[in-house]
Amino acid sequence: MNDTMSRYRTMIGHRLFWPAAVLFVMLAANTIYRPGFLSIELKDGHLYGTPIDILRLSAPLILVALGMTLVISTGGIDLSVGSLCAISGAIACMYISKQPDQNSLGVVMTALAMALGVSLVLGAWNGVLVAVIGIQPIIATLILMVAGRGLAQLITEGQIITINSEPYRAIGLGHALTLPLAIFIALAAALLVAAFTRRTALGMIIESVGGNAMASRLAGIRSGRVIFLVYVISAACAAVAGFMMTANVSSADGNAAGLWVELDAILAVVIGGTSLAGGRFFLSGTIIGALIIQTLTTTVYAMDISPQTSLLFKAVVVIAVCLIQAPAFRARFSRRRRNVPPPATIADKPKEQVPA
Amino acid sequence: MTDSRPVLTMTGISKSFPGVRALHDVNFRLFPGEVHALMGENGAGKSTLIKVLTGVYDTDQGAITLDGEPVSFTGPMQATAAGVSTVFQEVNLCTNLSVAENIFIGREPRLLGAVRWGEVRRRARALLARLDLDLDVSAPLGSYSLAIQQMVAIARAIDIKARVLILDEPTSSLDAGEVAQLFRIMRQLRDEGIAILFVTHFLDQVYEIADRITVLRNGGLVGEYLTTELPQLSLVEKMIGKELDVLEGIEEHSRRDLAALEEGTPLVAVSNFGRSGAVEPFSLTIHAGEVVGLAGLLGSGRTEVARLLFGADRTDGGQVAIDGTASSLRTPAQAIDHGVGFCSENRRAEGIVADLSVRENMILAMQAARGWLRPIPRRRQDELVDKYVKALNIRPADPEVPVRNLSGGNQQKVLLARWLITEPRLLILDEPTRGIDIGAKTEIQKLVTQLSDGGMAVLFISAELEEVLRLSHKVAVMRDRQMVAQLANDESLDADRIMQTIASGSHREEADR
Repeated sequence: MNDTMSRYRTMIGHRLFWPAAVLFVMLAANTIYRPGFLSIELKDGHLYGTPIDILRLSAPLILVALGMTLVISTGGIDLSVGSLCAISGAIACMYISKQPDQNSLGVVMTALAMALGVSLVLGAWNGVLVAVIGIQPIIATLILMVAGRGLAQLITEGQIITINSEPYRAIGLGHALTLPLAIFIALAAALLVAAFTRRTALGMIIESVGGNAMASRLAGIRSGRVIFLVYVISAACAAVAGFMMTANVSSADGNAAGLWVELDAILAVVIGGTSLAGGRFFLSGTIIGALIIQTLTTTVYAMDISPQTSLLFKAVVVIAVCLIQAPAFRARFSRRRRNVPPPATIADKPKEQVPA
Repeated sequence: MTDSRPVLTMTGISKSFPGVRALHDVNFRLFPGEVHALMGENGAGKSTLIKVLTGVYDTDQGAITLDGEPVSFTGPMQATAAGVSTVFQEVNLCTNLSVAENIFIGREPRLLGAVRWGEVRRRARALLARLDLDLDVSAPLGSYSLAIQQMVAIARAIDIKARVLILDEPTSSLDAGEVAQLFRIMRQLRDEGIAILFVTHFLDQVYEIADRITVLRNGGLVGEYLTTELPQLSLVEKMIGKELDVLEGIEEHSRRDLAALEEGTPLVAVSNFGRSGAVEPFSLTIHAGEVVGLAGLLGSGRTEVARLLFGADRTDGGQVAIDGTASSLRTPAQAIDHGVGFCSENRRAEGIVADLSVRENMILAMQAARGWLRPIPRRRQDELVDKYVKALNIRPADPEVPVRNLSGGNQQKVLLARWLITEPRLLILDEPTRGIDIGAKTEIQKLVTQLSDGGMAVLFISAELEEVLRLSHKVAVMRDRQMVAQLANDESLDADRIMQTIASGSHREEADR
């Protein structure tokens, strides 16, 4: 009994418990409402079904949110990611549309390289504004958030650029090993970011800078470089997400691509347990957060909630998710139930007895 | 004084944090009109007990009564409303707000919802007058020294009709005059019938002001004593739980031959370092194996000297030579590359990264010096961390707990370990023993002597002259943001002479003698 109790407590206390529980409840609610929700079928060597759709559609958000996680961990924020998605998609599509053979792999690769290169430069611009010049991140990235839309419009000359390129389309809609390619791209990016931060000391140093910038400086951390780097990483993630978004529809719309994705990304990061104040970051939490948001969007469509109320519905769920996760809010409820004598627990374990 | 009913009792209090048992079955009582000192080493549970009392933490077990009624506060606000006011160890005021605003924030006198600012200022002035403080109540609090800020915090606490006043290490940043002023106020409040719970590490102060003493050790209650019945030596023994002979051995070490050390090229030689508004230009040489003490009053420019030497602030001019070669100390990272380490006096703001674990905090400086692309292998980290957790007796001995769960003294040791791991050639220690208990203090003092015997140079900053004298080969004296003298620590030097130098600031000739 005691053992089960403490195991239960450990599970509840795990930082991924609440996000995972929320995701589970959402999926369960959907299945009850529409029993076929979770069914997956194999057609023409590809898996189809709502869960697969959710995974595929959440891929761009996961990408953007990964970069956002690192930025937020340093205590910053990157509002420009949506515009960066539009810019990278616009550059890639514009280049491809001008080529005689849109289906050439070489053409697509060149397009991706160009778009990625420009995005990195723009990420570096954000990095310089924040790390070198010292502008507050929310203002510094607001510049590119606004100006970036204009830049994307400029690139597409105000038109919606439609392309007909099979390799490019594959980024959003292609399949590999029966699953959508986008899932693998997001997974690869997640592993790459994880390796980049956790196999090196970068992750710890980011958390240190975000946790206490002054102490980090006095410990000899050149925080400017680290902060610069996270904005570049964030831009790179946004660029790849931009490819996916435009590939999904085989067209680039400077106005619509990646619109408001920065807000969803920030939300995913927060749901995942990373504090907006900076410090510890949790990539796996962010991924679950992104999945929650996409599941919510899918739910709104699946449950035929009228478009007029769908945003309100989303907002209510988001508020609920945030409240469930807030320790202060949970404490308020558990306190009411505390009249029962607390079970003999961790408190009495002699294990952690401090040496005299 | 003691035969009345206690105003406050705590019985059977237990409290645990993940990995730390902070309090175990502790009893405590407080009578009206007494000053009751709560004593114990760092990590003994003093701060936790206070936080449990004021509702910052829940209790796991135990009961609290106020005037015989059981109470359970949900936070300091509620405790304050019930008459239990606290001035916490770290001053928790808003330095950007005015003095008057700080005193009345959250309970401003209002008329129809609008704050009556005139009334706020008038009452603030009256309150400060009671504490003999003459301040501009409209000036931002940040424009006053830490000591004054502390007084304002007390003013804020006693304005609310307090019956119990809790002072958690109120004197750690005050100079002698300010302490006397504080004690006068404490006596006045005590005579008005207020019960005062007083936490400090200064034994002399306990015997000067406290009527009764409760001692905690390792989260458990050792006992409650009348001050008059507990000799100072027994108190220390009860606090650390063993006989006190640790201070021996350090005395012999001091007053070593400075001349022998000063042969050869200095490790660091700065000339005309200074920063306008912070410290006047000074020159200083430090040799390998030398302990240089930096003495002076609070705010005399000691920390500013340290920050310039570490590159935390940039010097306006002057030169620095390291091993005789012209060099520069413009950023902390650069100073660290030259083998300089710096433990800030401001542990919370400039030292620890509260979110990170003990292990991560310890390896931070070494990792920063290596760059993030070359992570320290985990096995190496564990070796280093284990070594220093043992060597410095850091409690709890679990390197994976967040450093914020440790007591102040143990956090200080973690910071010390952070720098020792980098094997610095010059270690700057700014008030490393402030606010920590006598056991940890002697451990740190011993460590300093061992390190300097091993060839490390140490710049040791402390407000306690005895400590500076005991450890240093040479003492540099600061006064009014000027380095007024550098005195060799020979037979002729004692605390009195340093005091005189601080007081008069005119012993430069004598120093050069």
